[in-house]
Amino acid sequence: MAAAESYPDDLKYHEEHDWARVEGDEAVLGITWFAADALGELVHFEPPEVGSTVAKDQSYGEVESVKAVSDVIAPLSGEVLEVNEQVVGAPETVNEDPYGNGWLLRIRLSDPAETDTLLDVGAYRELLANQ
Amino acid sequence: MPMSATLLHTPLHDRHVELGARMVPFAGWEMPVQYEAVIPEHRAVRTDAGVFDVSHMGELEVEGPHARDLLQSALSNDLDRLEPGQAQYTLLTNEDGGIIDDLIAYRVGECSYLLVVNASNRENAYAWLKEREVRGSDVRDVSDDCALLAVQGPRSIERLGLPPARPFTFAETSIDGVEVMVNRTGYTGEDGCELLCMSEDAVRLWDAVLERGAVPCGLGARDTLRLEVCYPLHGNDIGPDTDAISAGLGWACALGKEFEGVEVLRRVKANGPERRLVAFVMEEKAIPRPGMPIDGGGEVTSGSHSPMLEIGVGLGYVPAGQAQPDTELTIDVRGRPRRARVVRKPIYKRED
Repeated sequence: MAAAESYPDDLKYHEEHDWARVEGDEAVLGITWFAADALGELVHFEPPEVGSTVAKDQSYGEVESVKAVSDVIAPLSGEVLEVNEQVVGAPETVNEDPYGNGWLLRIRLSDPAETDTLLDVGAYRELLANQ
Repeated sequence: MPMSATLLHTPLHDRHVELGARMVPFAGWEMPVQYEAVIPEHRAVRTDAGVFDVSHMGELEVEGPHARDLLQSALSNDLDRLEPGQAQYTLLTNEDGGIIDDLIAYRVGECSYLLVVNASNRENAYAWLKEREVRGSDVRDVSDDCALLAVQGPRSIERLGLPPARPFTFAETSIDGVEVMVNRTGYTGEDGCELLCMSEDAVRLWDAVLERGAVPCGLGARDTLRLEVCYPLHGNDIGPDTDAISAGLGWACALGKEFEGVEVLRRVKANGPERRLVAFVMEEKAIPRPGMPIDGGGEVTSGSHSPMLEIGVGLGYVPAGQAQPDTELTIDVRGRPRRARVVRKPIYKRED
């Protein structure tokens, strides 16, 4: 069952419809409800390897629905500490709970100052309103 | 592709929008790709009943004392096997044996036929036949007068209250007061029918079918359903540059009769095709997509996630030496080699 539309206040957002939950020098990354809804039910997540690095604004993986494939853009740079294996095994978790069990990666930030360039929830909602 | 402002609408367009369908451009039409979501719609058709608006498809009437001769020389299958009330899958071929369109021919009367053609090929098919019209045969495009609903799934006939009938037969009847031609045909591999009615009756028929419990289904599910049972999609798996023999459609070609391109098809059959359209399933987590290269010179022509098998599946052309079931293939998934295995068609078959 797909989740209802929501954009939590405590997250930082990237204009490519990705979110980051910053926790000290680490961050959890995922895609927003808007991205998951636009793709439809996810059936595949192609993750990066643990230990590899992801770069802000660059693709770090792919998510696929029945009909479409989309790059996942890193909102922040860092080293991959953990891949959410629950999503690898059951990609629909992202549609069901995009900000909770549907997270994609945990990274160690290489440049925590990048966080300042991300959108807060108000700015992200404004971006969606103008789509 | 026309701009969105000029996209055509079926008579059910407003119904789709009211149901919250996601509308997309398809072959010049604005069509529902999904209502709720592709996977539940797909499963509804496999387990119960779903309804698709396929009014974008074309309907050509061919009538007259020489209608049979015109069609027998233009279509690959043997039209003389049809009695009035029967239908067959057949191909409109060009002089090279290529496939202008794949379609279903219905023998409506002694000298009268109906062809249901793909939306994207409606104009080509009409022009091709019109050019070959002879005195005593009349080809008319009646698509705008018609709406077509495909009601598919193991419970669809029961839900519509229709009597059992053999596949590829049709009859006129009425459903909740709407006059319809009920064709025991479809594109999902399930029991079911396609209901042809007048455009002005389409909304009433749609409402009646939904009332009887069929789940509205979009083109997304239509594509995954047909792929699981390996029905080719014109424009992807077959086209003017592919021949029926290589595509595995030799069963729809009466090579003993004369029709456009038949010599080419006889030659391909005698020599054996150089490449074949095969079905495959992924052996690793990956979803094949049209256009992906297959190691050894092949190419994926259709690919998706199979909602029933829950793995990536597809169709593609491979050199004849790689076409045997159980042959291992390697597919280039955006730069990543991923293993697949050739399987017998269909990819999915209900376990009865």
